[in-house]
Amino acid sequence: MVSDPGHRVRLRPPENQVDRRAVRWWSFRTIGSEILLLLAVVVSALLLPEARFWLLLVAAALAVIGLPLAIVLPRWWYRVHRWEVTDDAVYTRTGFFWREWRVAPMSRIQTVDTRRGPLERAWGLATVTVTTASARGPVTIPGLDHDLAADVVQRLTRTTQATPGDAT
Amino acid sequence: MTGIGNDAEQTDPLTVEWRKLDPRSVLITLVHATPVIALAAVAGGVSIGEQFGTTLSTAIVAPAALVFIILVAVFDDLRRRRTSYRVLPDSVELREGILVRNRRSLSRDRIRSVDITAPVLLRLFGLVRVQIGTAEQVESGDSSVVLHPVPAAEGDRLRRELLEQTPEAHGETTDSAVATFVPSWIRFAPISLSTLLFGVAFFGGVFRFAPAGVFDRGLGVLASLSVTVAIGTVIGTGLLVGVLASVAVFVEKWWRFRLDRPASRTLRVRRGLLTTRSISLEEERLRGVEVLESLGHRLLGGAQLDAVATGLVEEASSRQTGHKTLLPPAPRWDVDQVSADVLREAVPPIEAVRLQKHPSAARGRRVRWGLLFVAIPVVPLLVLGLTVSPLFWHPAWISALILIPVVVALAFDAYHNLGHGISGHYLVARRGTLRRSTVALQRTGIIGWTASQSIFQRHRGLMTLTATTSAGEGAYAIYDLDEEEGLVFAEEAVPDLFGPFLERV
Repeated sequence: MVSDPGHRVRLRPPENQVDRRAVRWWSFRTIGSEILLLLAVVVSALLLPEARFWLLLVAAALAVIGLPLAIVLPRWWYRVHRWEVTDDAVYTRTGFFWREWRVAPMSRIQTVDTRRGPLERAWGLATVTVTTASARGPVTIPGLDHDLAADVVQRLTRTTQATPGDAT
Repeated sequence: MTGIGNDAEQTDPLTVEWRKLDPRSVLITLVHATPVIALAAVAGGVSIGEQFGTTLSTAIVAPAALVFIILVAVFDDLRRRRTSYRVLPDSVELREGILVRNRRSLSRDRIRSVDITAPVLLRLFGLVRVQIGTAEQVESGDSSVVLHPVPAAEGDRLRRELLEQTPEAHGETTDSAVATFVPSWIRFAPISLSTLLFGVAFFGGVFRFAPAGVFDRGLGVLASLSVTVAIGTVIGTGLLVGVLASVAVFVEKWWRFRLDRPASRTLRVRRGLLTTRSISLEEERLRGVEVLESLGHRLLGGAQLDAVATGLVEEASSRQTGHKTLLPPAPRWDVDQVSADVLREAVPPIEAVRLQKHPSAARGRRVRWGLLFVAIPVVPLLVLGLTVSPLFWHPAWISALILIPVVVALAFDAYHNLGHGISGHYLVARRGTLRRSTVALQRTGIIGWTASQSIFQRHRGLMTLTATTSAGEGAYAIYDLDEEEGLVFAEEAVPDLFGPFLERV
């Protein structure tokens, strides 16, 4: 792959989007933690009259900046988070402020984990984490439909078992 | 029990004898524990004595301390008796635990390192501590077996048996060292942060612990001198202490350093003045090397060489003791020779390549980071100058005047040091200023790519490319390269990772 003038080389977006329900799951988390934080600040403002002005200022800032972010970020994430499993590799794109593309070749995959927290279970979602021999290179696919996640795990396990070597 | 011999005389696991740790373990533990218990007893005895009189307090404390010491000894002897290990043809087994019995088995083809440590006390008794490590990347110490203590000869026997198991290993054993300690390397010792820290710590200690009389007399002498001489004396003393201390630490750590190949595919580092260490690693584990240059060493033309190897979790303790260091701070020329020798290359990969420079947008980012760093102390001072008192103007402009040129110079240096390239089988990446790091990583050792881009980087067409690997720190990053050039480079360095996902628009 050699770059030639006139054509820009870039990483294409992975093929699949995460499940639409992930937006609700993420929103629940971001808005939930935003509200908890806001409550904590407001309550301490009520309890500490000396610092009330400053704490209310913080609360106002949290409400004005944090709340819109908490609502918008999950939708941005939904547009950015994408994943793809080919015969040779797992490929993901995540993040809005810090965009990250990760690729892990099948031949180097060591374990495939599925995680389903209580919230994820409530929406029928699952997160698949693919680890390689590197302590720093796990590839995570969040917000998959849990049946689809099971399929992906099965496919990954089958392919990696067929690959010889100890993957280091 | 070596290699091919096993097929002929198949060893039955049941007949291999379990070995025990050395019985002198109790003595070592006693020497360690007695002073601690005695000190605690004296402290306790004094405070009890103030209330109930000396006789009574001695009558209580002395037997209690004795019982404690006996308990510690019995406990350690029990630990020793209940610990046993054996080396089978295909595994190393360890049984340990006083109440809860543990049994651990390491597969021999997974064993990648045998480290032998002998602190002074163990050395006096001719004993060593042996740690056998595997290639697993597990958080805790579960992937290793520690034998503490065994006789020195037994430690050496274990190392040979476990790491030199392949028959061809005995063929081309050479006694010649790859590198040995040169006393002139000690010149690099004082040019480090530790000199400063030791100097400051010395004065901290003086403030805290010096008897009031001595301290006052010292202050009196200083006060009688002129200001310049007094400041000179203080700085000079701190420097002297710092230099002596850092040289002492360097010598303790690196004295009689020797890097050699006791078997054909094994590297071994031996070093230490009081505490001796022997660290062996299979060359198969080596994925590359990292050359580290602190600013001081770089100006003096020196560098340190670290191994980038798989296995052996990087625990905080092992990082401190320089577990992966192949060569202490030494002249650059030696570092290059040793890196080529260790990697079995004709030319050192780092020297053989002209590193590709990064876009100048990367320099702008570094300058801005530096200025941001200066703003942290200066801006609050300016605000105070505006609101509280004009007095704050002076520290503000003085610190800005001193810091801005420094950070800008460092930012330019940091940018100048950014670089990456492909050198034969290796990917070479360089970064850093106060601590410049140049890593040469085997391209076949790269097991994944991560490209990342903050919104600021995206704006300027930069990206950070991270190679993940099972060795060393697990990932090595190339910071702020041109986004297109970076992708093409990634594909060239390790084909078919990002390749299938690249497109042209």
